[in-house]
Amino acid sequence: MPEPFKTLTSKAVVLSQSNIDTDQIIPGRFLSTTSREGLGAWAFYDWRYEADGSPKPEAVLNRIDPTERRILLAGKNFACGSSREHAPWALMDYGFRAVVSTEIADIFTSNALKNGFLPIVVDQAAWDDLAAHPDQPITIDLETSTIQRGNAQPVAFAVESFARQCLLDGVDTLGWLQARMPAIEAFERQKEAV
Amino acid sequence: MPETLFEKVWNRHVVQAETPDAPAVLYIDLHLVHEVTSPQAFSEIESRGLTVRRPDLTFATLDHSTPTLPADASGERPYYTPASKTQVETLEANCERHGVSLAGWDSADRGVVHVMGPELGLTQPGMTVVCGDSHTATHGAFGALAFGIGTSEVGHVLATQCLLQRKARTMRVTVDGRLQPGVSGKDVALAIIARLGFGGGTGFVVEYAGEAIRSLDMEGRMTVCNMSIEAGARAGMIAPDQTTVDWLKGRQHAPSGPAWDRAVADWLALASDEGAAFDAEVHIDGAAIRPMATWGTTPDAGSAIGEPVPAPRDASGEKALAYMGFTAGEATTAHPVDVVFIGSCTNGRLPDLRAAAEVLRGRKVKPGLRMLVVPGSEAVRRDAEAEGLHTVFTDAGAEWRIPGCSMCLAMNGDMVAPGQLAVSTSNRNFEGRQGPGSRTILASPATAAATAIMGVLTDPRVFLTETALLKQPSAAREAVGVQNA
Repeated sequence: MPEPFKTLTSKAVVLSQSNIDTDQIIPGRFLSTTSREGLGAWAFYDWRYEADGSPKPEAVLNRIDPTERRILLAGKNFACGSSREHAPWALMDYGFRAVVSTEIADIFTSNALKNGFLPIVVDQAAWDDLAAHPDQPITIDLETSTIQRGNAQPVAFAVESFARQCLLDGVDTLGWLQARMPAIEAFERQKEAV
Repeated sequence: MPETLFEKVWNRHVVQAETPDAPAVLYIDLHLVHEVTSPQAFSEIESRGLTVRRPDLTFATLDHSTPTLPADASGERPYYTPASKTQVETLEANCERHGVSLAGWDSADRGVVHVMGPELGLTQPGMTVVCGDSHTATHGAFGALAFGIGTSEVGHVLATQCLLQRKARTMRVTVDGRLQPGVSGKDVALAIIARLGFGGGTGFVVEYAGEAIRSLDMEGRMTVCNMSIEAGARAGMIAPDQTTVDWLKGRQHAPSGPAWDRAVADWLALASDEGAAFDAEVHIDGAAIRPMATWGTTPDAGSAIGEPVPAPRDASGEKALAYMGFTAGEATTAHPVDVVFIGSCTNGRLPDLRAAAEVLRGRKVKPGLRMLVVPGSEAVRRDAEAEGLHTVFTDAGAEWRIPGCSMCLAMNGDMVAPGQLAVSTSNRNFEGRQGPGSRTILASPATAAATAIMGVLTDPRVFLTETALLKQPSAAREAVGVQNA
């Protein structure tokens, strides 16, 4: 069950680098887990920690309070690479609830939405405006599908309609699929008859 | 209305059509499972009191977390961490409990999931194939619609054998012309990604077409489809043809008898119809492709070996060059290479090992350079050892390991040390992908082998005799009038 998502108002963190891949979000060597809990400790691990495990003081993700900056403003083609759902799990456990970029990888988008983590794609001008003011509260309203910096003009974004409704209404995707079982069984009977 | 290969496969699997409000319910013919992205999915369905709905369409293997060194005398395997061992044991228990076939430690079938599936004939043209792994597009080489999914979706497929999917847009990448001798499927893949850009395929299913694609053997086609995700495309497909049919015939799970003939007729009708429309079309001159290597930290940052590194376009490009220790305007062929890795779902198949052995035979790995050769499956290992390829590698000074993903994603302890430069036949050159601080150049098996000898990134053609060169792609063979042996 994803966490429902209706609105979120928070300051942001800017990681402007493009092509932040899922190996950056959570390196492969931390995937040896059978749980989805507690992965925030490994979020951006190699960006946050030295080889000996000591924190890098200059790393922005070590300097902020994650509870007051729940929106990540990331460069183009965010979360490309591996299909690991550990990426949204790690980002959420760290404290983020949404990422805003000008392009977000397909598989990550799908994974994120299933966990109540909102991937938002805006155009470059809108992104630049948000990234120039990370200390101003940003409001994301999923009902109206808009993102707004302070009292500036809201910017519309698109979210796949079904995923959006699931997040707003707290619909469980697997439960919804299971309710399609008669159609699935009919499909299988037809397939086997061929 | 003419249809594309993708549309034909898609239409056959729609249980419930997509509407503005809901995605299509898409039926999945083959679900491949491994130990890293499945434990939370099994937990999820079990917490709901559900079981695996079609264990007969679900096949599991151990590959990502598995050590590539053998067990010790007591039978203890050298797992990287206790968690790695737990992960493997969790999949063993989940498969046991749900009646799912597992190619486990004792299986002669065990292999990297995208090497094993096709090898066993599980992957067939026209199928929908999914796996909790972004390189699932590999299976598209057979004309299957194959794509990577996350763990939540692994749970959906386990429980219902279906996925909710919006239909992707279509892109056709046509690679025309005859590939030059010494140019492999990996070079074609890297050239395509360099052209499309890292995110250039996002939202698309790519169909690879054209003379150069057709000239590739199935393993070369798998390499091309495997790397579709490195251009952002979830799936890559190639129309089935006689090469596909010949490769599948007689495989364990392939149809046989009259069912085989019916299947073949069906498969050969899957090709995109004349006049089928794609949302995007890209053309690449295959004859102009040279052995490729990457210089940046994204798979699209590649060029022909020996070409100067282009000037960075932005801050991210500058950061990538700084990380790699390369300078714009200079070729990367002067930098000492510390590690060479041959293996992975991209290049861990028998022809890949043959291509590397061809270069390495009778030669030595440069002293001080570490070379690791990891076959993609037990079958590849058996076949390679039967041909004596393993002794070519070990005589040269390389390590010959047991199958697994190994140094491709470095989660089993096979790592490139901080700061070391690796030439790798895998699929990702991300910062730290092969271990914290590791630096990766992606290249073909032949290039990796040539590099191991010289200690610097090397175009493999300097090592290939005329005969060896002519043995490589069939198109090249035809080009000079040499008959099939």
